[in-house]
Amino acid sequence: MCGIVGLFLKDKSLEPQLGAMLSEMLVSLSDRGPDSAGIAIYGAPSKNEAKITIQSAKPGRDFPGLDTELAKAIGVPVSIAVKSTHAVVRTSPDKIDEARETIQALRPDIRIMGAGDVVEIYKEVGLPEAVVDRFDVRKMTGTHGIGHTRMATESAVTTMGAHPFSTGADQCLVHNGSLSNHNNVRRELIREGMKFETENDTEVAAAYLSSQMAHGKNLGEALEGTLSDLDGFFTFVVGTKNGFGVVRDPIACKPAVMAETEQYVAFGSEYRALTKLPGIDNARVWEPEPATVYFWEH
Amino acid sequence: MPATKLSKAAASDHASRVFDLDVSSLRELNQALHNLAPGSNETAWEVLHPKGSHSVAVGVDQPVSIDVRGSVGYYCGGMNSGSAITVHGSAGPGVGENMMSGSITVKGDASQYAGATGKGGLLVIEGNASSRCGISMKGIDIVVHGNIGHMSAFMAQSGNLVVLGDAGDALGDSIYEARLFVRGKVDSLGADCIAKEMRPEHLELLQGLLDRAGVTGVKPSEFKRYGSARTLYNFNIDNADAY
Repeated sequence: MCGIVGLFLKDKSLEPQLGAMLSEMLVSLSDRGPDSAGIAIYGAPSKNEAKITIQSAKPGRDFPGLDTELAKAIGVPVSIAVKSTHAVVRTSPDKIDEARETIQALRPDIRIMGAGDVVEIYKEVGLPEAVVDRFDVRKMTGTHGIGHTRMATESAVTTMGAHPFSTGADQCLVHNGSLSNHNNVRRELIREGMKFETENDTEVAAAYLSSQMAHGKNLGEALEGTLSDLDGFFTFVVGTKNGFGVVRDPIACKPAVMAETEQYVAFGSEYRALTKLPGIDNARVWEPEPATVYFWEH
Repeated sequence: MPATKLSKAAASDHASRVFDLDVSSLRELNQALHNLAPGSNETAWEVLHPKGSHSVAVGVDQPVSIDVRGSVGYYCGGMNSGSAITVHGSAGPGVGENMMSGSITVKGDASQYAGATGKGGLLVIEGNASSRCGISMKGIDIVVHGNIGHMSAFMAQSGNLVVLGDAGDALGDSIYEARLFVRGKVDSLGADCIAKEMRPEHLELLQGLLDRAGVTGVKPSEFKRYGSARTLYNFNIDNADAY
C-alpha cells in the first residue's frame, strides 16, 4: 500500500494554507500505511539564507547550544528553530555544505533530513495525524509540498526509513511501490560518489534523480530516465525548488489520481485525499497514464 | 437477475431511504443494505457525500436501486447480486468486482480493473475506464462509452466487453472465451487475442448490449470484434514464445 500526496499551488492566495491542505490530504490516507509518515514543504525563499532540517532522537541533548557552536565553527551567523525531534538550521547559502559537515562532527547522532534554499522535511514513525500534530505542519505556509504515509516493505520502520527522501538540495521524493533492482542501482550510484543512509529502495530512486539532475538533466528528463533504469513498481511524486513531478511505471498498478484547477495541481493515491480541496467538484480529475511524465514548474 | 425485477425496483414509488455518509458510517449503510429481506419495500436508496469511500454498497443481494451522489473509492458495488447501482460521479479501482447480477452505472470515469472477475450483470461506464478493465471477466457484460486502458480483458473467460472509444496496449492478453467489441483503435492485441469476423449473431448480440446500456446513435457495424485464437488453451512447447 503506502499513501502519497502532493500539492503544487498556482494561486498565491492559497500559500498560507499549504500546510493545512497537505496535512488534510495525508491524514485522509492514514489507513494506507501505519508505519511512518512524512512531509516536505517548500516555503518562501528567505534573503540570503539556506536551511538544513535536522533530526535527533535526543533533541534535549543535541539541539541546545548547537547554533552558537556551529556559528563559531563556520564563522557566519546561524539560527536554529526547534520543533519536537526536528530543527531547522538557517545560515548563509555559501556555507551550507560546511555547515552540514560541521553539524555531523559536533553532534554525530543528528540525522540530516534535507537541505536547500526553501525545503523543510519532517518525518517520524507513527500515523500522519501524530506526525502533522507533532511538527505543527498545518500552520506551515509554502508554494508546494509532498507527503507520504508508509507501509514498510523494503527496509526497517525507522525515522530514516520514512519518506520523503532527500538526496540533493531542495530535492525530495515520495514513492508508492517497490523497486527490484535498487541494489544494483545503489552500487552504481555509490561508484559515482553518492552516499546512502538506509537500505531503502526509495532512497535509491531519490539519489538516481539527484544524479541525473547533477548531470544536467531537468526534472522531466530525469523522471523519464526512471522508466528505463529503475525496475519494479512505482508511483513517484517529486519536488524540486520550483517544480513538481509525477511518474508511474509502465505497469502502473499502484493507484494514482490527479486534479488540476486554475489554483493548484494535486496528487493523491486515492480520490478521497482530494475531496476537501477548494473547487474539487469542478477540477479536471484524471488518472495519470503509465510510463508518462507529468511535471510543473513555477 | 432478470431485467424485469430491476425495472420493478426502479419504478417503485416508495420514498427513497437516504444515507448521508457525513452523518452515518459506511458500515451502517452496508449493514442496512445487507439486512434487506426478500420482498422489502425499501427498494430505492440514496447515498450522499461518499467522498471517495471504499466498498460503498458492496455485497447487496436484493433487487433495489441505489443512487450514489458523488465519487467513490475502491470496490463500489463489489459482489453485487441483483441491485441497480448508479454512481453519479467517478469510481475508484475495482468497481463491480466479482459482480454476480444486476447492474452498475458509473456516470463519470472508472479506475483500474473495473468489473474484474465479474460473473454476471451489466457494468456501464459512461466516461473512460483505466487499465485492466474486465480482467478475468467470467460472464459479466461491460459497456464503456469512452476509452479503456492497457491490459484490459486479460485472461477474460466469458462475457462481453464493449468499448465505444479506444483500447490501450495488450487488449485481451491470454484471453479464453469472452467477446470484445471495440469501436475505436486498439493500441495492440495481447497474446492469443485476434480480430474476428463480425457475424450476424454478433451484430445482434451487440445491438442488445448497446440497448441495455442506453447507448443510442451508434451502430453495431461500427465495431470490430476480438477474441481468442485458442492456441494457448493447452500447453504446447511450440507456443512457448507466445506466453
